[in-house]
Amino acid sequence: MDEAIELGLWQMAAAYIFIVILYIILKAKGIPRDKELVISTFRMTVQLVLVGYILAYLIENNHVMWIILVIIIMQFFAVQNIVKRVKYPIHARLKRIIVISMVTGTLSSIFYFIIVVVQVTPWYEARYFIPIAGMMIGNSMTGVALGVQRLVAGVQEQKAQIEAALMLGATPKMAVKNIVNQAFDAAILPTINSMVGMGIVFLPGMMTGQILAGLSPITAIQYQVAIMLGIVGCVSLTVVMFVHFGYQAFFTERAQLCSGQKE
Amino acid sequence: MFILKNVQYKAIIAVDELHIPAQKTTCIVGESGGGKSTLIRLLNQLISCDKGEIFYKNQPIHTLDPIQLRREVVMIPQAPVIFDGTVKDNLLIGLTFSGKPLAGENELTDVLTTVCLEKELAEPAGPLSGGEQQRLSLARALLMNPEVYIFDEPTSALDEETEKKVMDNVVGEVKRKRKTLIIVTHSKKVAQTYADVVIEMKNGSAATVKKGVKKNG
Repeated sequence: MDEAIELGLWQMAAAYIFIVILYIILKAKGIPRDKELVISTFRMTVQLVLVGYILAYLIENNHVMWIILVIIIMQFFAVQNIVKRVKYPIHARLKRIIVISMVTGTLSSIFYFIIVVVQVTPWYEARYFIPIAGMMIGNSMTGVALGVQRLVAGVQEQKAQIEAALMLGATPKMAVKNIVNQAFDAAILPTINSMVGMGIVFLPGMMTGQILAGLSPITAIQYQVAIMLGIVGCVSLTVVMFVHFGYQAFFTERAQLCSGQKE
Repeated sequence: MFILKNVQYKAIIAVDELHIPAQKTTCIVGESGGGKSTLIRLLNQLISCDKGEIFYKNQPIHTLDPIQLRREVVMIPQAPVIFDGTVKDNLLIGLTFSGKPLAGENELTDVLTTVCLEKELAEPAGPLSGGEQQRLSLARALLMNPEVYIFDEPTSALDEETEKKVMDNVVGEVKRKRKTLIIVTHSKKVAQTYADVVIEMKNGSAATVKKGVKKNG
């Protein structure tokens, strides 16, 4: 197989022309997004360069402690991101449930995928572990964020209905059944839909990368199918855990509705 | 049935002592913001009091399982809530929530007659008018046959004539079954006609209680 063409400084610079063109258009049209464009481009470049060096180091100096550290950092930022993306303030109990479902849901899926599906030895091989964990945690993060948003909004909007159910002797679980199901649906749907367009509308990033790096498209597709299934499993597991425990954060031990937000 | 002692809830409720008798009709009257709805939410344990003690059948209410309690002390809110589905679904949902056996079609049509609601069981409940929704939620509670019924302004959306018919039927049925009825109402007429005991809530935080047996049922 051919090695991928390495991009030189001038070739990289040429790619930035796209941004320059967009910048000129924004300026000419008076659309006030030029600052965001510059900052985003700058951040993207710096972050990726940094990550590139970090990954290169981790792959060179493969050690289980590094991998554990990477998992902790990924989980931390994923949870931060979920909390930030939800438009409502979230109280400590719900945040704890987000952390627990993210950590247990993603870790069990990642380890199953690494050990049983891909059979990487040792399991902490950075070249496999980091990209796979990144994809699974990233997708679960998006799923859980959608689930949290839907759950919190649902409880807020349907407060009267939930209380009316409680007044008639419903358990909290019965009272929020529809909202929980809708939250699960909202969380899982984008992942399921993304499988439909795969290979026709777009070529997924990991597969594209592997093909560019010189891997046979057949092998790249095997990986892509496997990782897609892994992602669906991981997102479902995380979201199921979240919605199963998440609704409880909206009720007191006396089965009374509380806002689920900061008091 | 209920005894309240030194009960406080935020700045809304401050009740020194209050008795709500069993197997009687108690009307809670008073101006808006007087704490009427808060009081019945305490009885149904949708909220817990900050201070003091509420007893239900002589047991401190906080020691009772709130879900079991609500299955015995069924409450319907001021704004009627309609769940997805048909009139039938809406009637049965109370029984489903409380884990009771579902009622047959005859029982369902009977209860609709009791609340003067001439609707087919298969009709969707969503398009019902405010007054019809109110009667549907009354019917839903009647079907559950609990120990205590708590109704918050159950007839506020009904015209006088329908209000009288519905209340006659509903109060009559509750009395026949020898159950306890607690009604929050702003209607002096409802209180005068149906109450065995009248409780008046006043002045926001302070609740003055006036007891007076109007008539026996």
